[in-house]
Amino acid sequence: MPETVTLSVSRYRPEHEREPVFQEYEVPFRKDWVVLDALNYVKDRLDGTLSYRWSCRMGVCGSCGMMVNGQPKLTCSAFLSDQPPGPIRVEPLRFFPVIRDLVVDLGDFLAKLKQVKPWIVREREKPLSEGEYRQTPDELDAYKPFSMCINCMLCYSACPIYGLEPSFVGPAALALAQRYNLDSRDQGAAERLERLSGHGGIWECTFVGECSEACPKNVDPAGAIQQYKVSSALAWVRMLLPRGGA
Amino acid sequence: MSDSHTPYHPRWHRQRVSVWWWLGSARYARFVLRELTSVFVALFAFVTLAELRALGQGPEAHARFLEHLSRPAALAVSLVGLAFVVFHTLSWFNLAPRAMALRLRGRRVPAAAIAAANYAAWLLASAAVAFFLLRR
Repeated sequence: MPETVTLSVSRYRPEHEREPVFQEYEVPFRKDWVVLDALNYVKDRLDGTLSYRWSCRMGVCGSCGMMVNGQPKLTCSAFLSDQPPGPIRVEPLRFFPVIRDLVVDLGDFLAKLKQVKPWIVREREKPLSEGEYRQTPDELDAYKPFSMCINCMLCYSACPIYGLEPSFVGPAALALAQRYNLDSRDQGAAERLERLSGHGGIWECTFVGECSEACPKNVDPAGAIQQYKVSSALAWVRMLLPRGGA
Repeated sequence: MSDSHTPYHPRWHRQRVSVWWWLGSARYARFVLRELTSVFVALFAFVTLAELRALGQGPEAHARFLEHLSRPAALAVSLVGLAFVVFHTLSWFNLAPRAMALRLRGRRVPAAAIAAANYAAWLLASAAVAFFLLRR
């Protein structure tokens, strides 16, 4: 087993460089180390100027997403030993503007996320005296997989449509919209319809499917989008039928 | 956006997406190939419509049409087209369970069952078409 491994890290310091450049660091190769451990080694021992985001180190917070050898990965779960031989290329998440080194701006996603109203919408809140909104296990199962999203943005970096069509709402926001549409307590599907079915919505998606491959939480955003396409098309057909399909 | 860097207006770097983005990974290339198959699906539909038109014009016109189709160049195009249409069908049938979240008695129908139903319907439809075309 080699004693060290080379990290080839994308550096972008806007006060120095017009374009990102790669900088190589030699770090210890340890079987139990993930790419994030190697980056922390660089930051602590070799080069304190390197900027990147991380927090929980256990695949929960979704902060440490980066491109590892060209694939969007949570660096806290990308083991050095799982990478092919040769330098390990670490770059900021693709399709997002780079602020510095490995840090990208997520403002576009956050704005779009808000537009799809990822919260329970009620026409009328029932008073507390009437108790909680109850749900059966089957009703929970209908949306639970889509609720596991940690907003890590790996799916956006896997989605070429997001890179090519900036107005596209994107996989995670659409999966989260569908998560609330499928929630038996929610009544906001009609409010979300315009944003989801309109320009930049579900119909931009051509089912590349890479968002679901990249998702570290098995959310399957591609499935969520296709399911919403089916229900949206059925709703349109029902609208065309006499008396609204009643 | 300002072109010069200041602490409050950082100069962000935006990477342009290359037109060759789909050559970057085998999965992206397979996706683009799947999208291209739709051209051949359209071609098959066009040929079928043309054949129906020839049928409507009488047996002689239909015979002439079949003669055109049996030329080597037309056969080669048909064979390549068939390969693409089969690829199109298989890839979409395999993706169908992801788009169809069917629930029966509260439980989601397994993906394999949905794919199997698609394949069964395909076989039945093909058998029906073969029956009508091949009977004497």
